Amino acid sequence: MSKMDVTRRGVLKTGAVAGGGLMLPTYLRAAGHEGFTNAPTGSTVTLGFNVPQTGPYADEGADELRAYELAVEHLNGGGDGGMLPTFSSKALEGNGILGKKVEYVTGDTQTKSDAARASAKSMIEKDGAVMITGGSSSGVAIAVQGLCQEAGVIFMAGLTHSNDTTGKDKKANGFRHFFNGYMSGAALAPVLADVYGNDRKAYHLTADYTWGWTQQESIAAATEALGWETVNNVLTPLAATDFSSYIAPVLNSGADVLVLNHYGGNMVNSLTNAVQFGLRDKTINNKNFEIVVPLFSRLMARGAGENIKGILGSTNWHWSLQDEGSKAFVKSFGTKYGFPPSQAAHTCYVQTILYADAVARAGSFNPCAVAEALEGFEFDGLGNGPTLYRAEDHQCFKDVLVVRGKENPTSEFDLLEVVQVTPRAQVEYAPDHPMFAGGALGTCNPGA
Amino acid sequence: MDAILLQILNGLDKGSAYALIALGLTLIFGTLGVVNFAHGALFMIGAFCAVTLQRILNLSYEVVDATQTDFLGNPLKVKVPYVEAWFGPEMGGSIIDWSVPLAILFAIPVMIFVGFAMERGLIKHFYKRPHADQILVTFGLAIVLQEVVKYFYGANPIPTGAPEAFRGSFDFGVLLGFDPNAIIYPYWRLIYFGFAAVIIGGVFSFLQFTTFGMVVRAGMADRETVGLLGINIDKRFTFMFGLAAAVAGLAGVMYAPINSPNYHMGMDFLVLSFVVVVVGGMGSLPGAVAAGFLLGILESFASMNEIKSIIPGIDQIIIYVVAIIILLTRPRGLMGRKGVMED
Repeated sequence: MSKMDVTRRGVLKTGAVAGGGLMLPTYLRAAGHEGFTNAPTGSTVTLGFNVPQTGPYADEGADELRAYELAVEHLNGGGDGGMLPTFSSKALEGNGILGKKVEYVTGDTQTKSDAARASAKSMIEKDGAVMITGGSSSGVAIAVQGLCQEAGVIFMAGLTHSNDTTGKDKKANGFRHFFNGYMSGAALAPVLADVYGNDRKAYHLTADYTWGWTQQESIAAATEALGWETVNNVLTPLAATDFSSYIAPVLNSGADVLVLNHYGGNMVNSLTNAVQFGLRDKTINNKNFEIVVPLFSRLMARGAGENIKGILGSTNWHWSLQDEGSKAFVKSFGTKYGFPPSQAAHTCYVQTILYADAVARAGSFNPCAVAEALEGFEFDGLGNGPTLYRAEDHQCFKDVLVVRGKENPTSEFDLLEVVQVTPRAQVEYAPDHPMFAGGALGTCNPGA
Repeated sequence: MDAILLQILNGLDKGSAYALIALGLTLIFGTLGVVNFAHGALFMIGAFCAVTLQRILNLSYEVVDATQTDFLGNPLKVKVPYVEAWFGPEMGGSIIDWSVPLAILFAIPVMIFVGFAMERGLIKHFYKRPHADQILVTFGLAIVLQEVVKYFYGANPIPTGAPEAFRGSFDFGVLLGFDPNAIIYPYWRLIYFGFAAVIIGGVFSFLQFTTFGMVVRAGMADRETVGLLGINIDKRFTFMFGLAAAVAGLAGVMYAPINSPNYHMGMDFLVLSFVVVVVGGMGSLPGAVAAGFLLGILESFASMNEIKSIIPGIDQIIIYVVAIIILLTRPRGLMGRKGVMED
């Protein structure tokens, strides 16, 4: 018969340790369970949608959120399935992701890096989000991408167009489906040369932050390679609302083209101001004066109204595309919400589907397994033709659209017409291209 | 020389907006002693009066056009404005085209009502509270108003064009003997400057040449004595709040074609206009107007490439630099009176 030494102090110690263990927050136990952050243990998996719900890009954020909700519905087997039937990969079965029902939480980036990081952190630590996606600004995307790398979750970028997102600031846990400034330049410049000629002098107004700098550098390089001369590049404050003092000297500079490297409210105001000054009615160097907006957004084009007519730019996707994937998405989105989706909505929907598909193919939510499944992944049927998620920088390579403001729109959504679908080969570049140099992808971080 | 003239012209319309907002701010401060940080929101509401009238005039019924399809492939529903149906496409189209000038008539009663409601409903309860309390409550009110506007109109700018007749620009260069296109200036901005001059002149005339204005000026100088003479100065000051709201609102209406209105535009102007008031001298109406134009023109000069290449970023801080210099050399501002905010 053995003797048991049970003391009051011993019982208290053991009880305290056991109780402490049981009281550990669920997310911490989940984090450690499978060897990666926020491993889903129940019958559901939580995704974090981090979009601007307040601030200047709130309308764009609202459209992104609609797309995410639609993607979740389709992943869980609801609705008409959207792009799932047209997607070349057939790993998704409409029963959630790996059989787990998809749930989501949302955060408000406010289009501010610190607020976006705080909301992403909260979704990871408090809500147990296994993936973060969203955003309408490169500054925000780069900040959140860095946070996700540290936290050990996958970041599927929303609308971010700066070269830096998959250039000097690229991260192993971050992936971008949206195109970038270099691709805009490569797609747009030949069309500009065709339409306006090779002998042009361009004056750039550029938003003074990461996106503006890389956008300007890309467009200037691409147009100069075709014979254009860049006569000036003026950096404008992001907070500027009246651009008249920047536009007034343009005509006197010898330039016959104004390139507006602006987005959002900046673009609306600078374009409106330029048209007010009658620039498009002028003849300089015996040529009609032209305005170019390299990155178009339909939601922003609405703000510029009639001023957008006839102006050339580029876009990642447009609802008028007639491939099966685009038609399925437009039908699904339009039936649910009553209007066609924006390019921001499209890229966010696609990123969610691509993430879910990668998990299904990898058979795991482990971010390193997911990253491996996404790297080098070739797919089709999601609206942009055959697409590659390049392993070296986690940038998607696909066709790019050159668009023009429509002269006779039939509705408030019918603002842009596709001028050219630029083939993927024309917008590709080497991973070590100088415009993307300076950073390293690093290694995948599973967290926990 | 042409570049200098160009930037002076540019500064005039920006200065006009600063001057009109600062004039209202000063009127309210001079009469009621309230630092009204919701004044920028009144400018924004004025711009949205133009947007609202434009939407009212564009109210439409739908006609199915079987020859075209919408994005889902259904027969296209074409919108036909009621105004065009009632008055014919040409007349109706002209009415819609002139929605911004017409919005002046719409905005005056709306802005006076908003001003009265703001003053009677909230601000009058803060007359005897410290300036810090007034700033906090009016700033909070400004945030509430802009969020209300965003809820109804969205976050994106809304295009509100000037009438077709006033689009395009005037070539001052040719007029002054310079090369063509050396000094061009949009017609609507010229109109805005002229409009601001009329409003400012009207407010000054009202205060200078009417009995009502005389009493208000007396009240601004010595409220207690005017009260002792049996004049209900509070009622007149409330009217002045409504007038200041109308001035800010009209400034906003006419500004709508210059930059597409958005819910945040009031905040963009508020801080700068407050600096204008301080530089002009708290409580000084001529000071507010003079400082508005001065800072508008200086801001334009600071955005010239030649100046930015010497001092990068000067365009973003010029107004504050000038404010610091003026307040160091003239602590009461350009035309500030002794005793204002000095007790």
